Amino acid sequence: MTSPLSPQLAALLVNASYLLTAFLFIMGLKRMSSPRTAKSGVVWAGWGMLVATLITFLAPQIAGNYLLIVTAIFIGGLLAWWTGKRVAMTDMPQMIALYNGMGGGAAAAIAAVELFRGETHATATVSLAVLGGLIGAVSFSGSLIAFGKLQGLIKRSLRFRGQQAINLMLVVVALVAGGFIALDINSSANIVIVFFGLALALGITMTLPIGGADMPVVISLYNALTGLAVAFEGFVLNNAAMIIAGTVVGSAGTLLTQLMAKAMNRSLGNVLFSGFGEAAAVAGGEVQGSLKPIEAADVGVMMAFAQKVIVVPGYGMAVAQAQHKVWELTQLLMERGVTVRFAIHPVAGRMPGHMNVLLAEAGVPYDLIADLEEINAEFETADVALIIGANDVVNPVARNDRSSPIYGMPILNADKAKNVIVIKRGQGQGFSGIENALFYLDQTRMLYGDGQAAVSQLIQAVKAVE
Amino acid sequence: MIDGIIGLYIFMLAAFTGYEVIARVPVILHTPLMSGSNFVHGIVLVGAMVALGQASSTLGTAIGFIGVVLAAGNAVGGYVVTERMLAMFKASGEKKR
Repeated sequence: MTSPLSPQLAALLVNASYLLTAFLFIMGLKRMSSPRTAKSGVVWAGWGMLVATLITFLAPQIAGNYLLIVTAIFIGGLLAWWTGKRVAMTDMPQMIALYNGMGGGAAAAIAAVELFRGETHATATVSLAVLGGLIGAVSFSGSLIAFGKLQGLIKRSLRFRGQQAINLMLVVVALVAGGFIALDINSSANIVIVFFGLALALGITMTLPIGGADMPVVISLYNALTGLAVAFEGFVLNNAAMIIAGTVVGSAGTLLTQLMAKAMNRSLGNVLFSGFGEAAAVAGGEVQGSLKPIEAADVGVMMAFAQKVIVVPGYGMAVAQAQHKVWELTQLLMERGVTVRFAIHPVAGRMPGHMNVLLAEAGVPYDLIADLEEINAEFETADVALIIGANDVVNPVARNDRSSPIYGMPILNADKAKNVIVIKRGQGQGFSGIENALFYLDQTRMLYGDGQAAVSQLIQAVKAVE
Repeated sequence: MIDGIIGLYIFMLAAFTGYEVIARVPVILHTPLMSGSNFVHGIVLVGAMVALGQASSTLGTAIGFIGVVLAAGNAVGGYVVTERMLAMFKASGEKKR
């Protein structure tokens, strides 16, 4: 089947459309970075994608397989549409990881097709194909591991001695194999297979040792890497839309990764090359004092007569699906004239900004929500700090215990509030496995129970107050 | 078409653009923005389409087919979840439902 247009005209049309797509992508991302315009931003980018996809059917490089292309788009698109519509907001981070991995895999597949085709290419082009393939394959298998971990399919963080050495070895061997392909020293198909096998293995061994708390940073990093891989394959295919969009995502994603790592007070190298979460948990001083339980009725009275209540939600609240109840409680308190604010730590939830999404889902307007810098001075004037499902982000040892692995991490100063109420399922530790000194303070009381049930009890208790 | 040095120019300018575009993004939008940029690299779909369209061997066609399936998943899934997340952000004063 040949295109109805002359190849020159078709190429011009395709390239002009890619220019429009690049413009729509950049404007879309720009609009997505402000809350007021964010909703329209994704629509702009969506039009860009649609234009590029449709016009590519005219591309003169495509010699056939049209039916296969359409079939593949429908299979991948429908599966993703179906899963994307159904995924719960709490599971969003791992879903992003999954879709990102698919992009990385696609970049690697392009590299594989080009390398197996084995038509004579310039060394520079083949090098870029190899490099993009390596990065894409690492992003693919790494993202799948990240998905498995956050989804709870992979429970343990596998660590063994000499792991860094093995990773380094894999990188070196993969690069050597890639070099062989690029320099056409041994251009058999076998070496291409070995190369991709090594790259996929590297993604797995790199991601397995990383603890769940650091996973958002890793997902963000793989997102940036996929962008880079797409850009490299764009050079191979002479495709400007892929080069521009891939590079923009590569650099924006790198910046986003740095912002996230900074919010967690971790450097990127630290995340990738040190085991945090399980291994470091034994460090840190002993905590003095005892856990003091309290009944929901007493908390209800305390909050009903408070001037100001600050709610500190954590991922535990979202897991218990308690955010709707928390908003109901908030409305009840506000009707009584109590000032209620939500304090969001930059890494509350599973990713920076994830908690805002979860609260928005429950209907909490975003002017009630304050971030760390805004709210920290206000805890001193708060009568009650209600901690629900948050743990490490309110642990004062991050401020005052140098031996603690989370020392130096910015925290919410909930310990400065006059009363601290902690809703907690049991006496376990946080995601990092570190004992929380806040729970043992004199003004702290523990309200044990499932988040949703506990907040329902609080609603009843507040209603019961005359 | 895009020869070496021109390619480098595009690469450099696009890299600065990506950095500048999101340099002042508030924390509340980090997750949707990561998801949005995840959608944007779904443009790999057009490359995968070309790769499959050029493939002639069985192996190449099979890998190309998988590539297009994965890329379409990246693009469509990325759009759906980003749109869902952003649809929930209400400006102050706006009432939910």
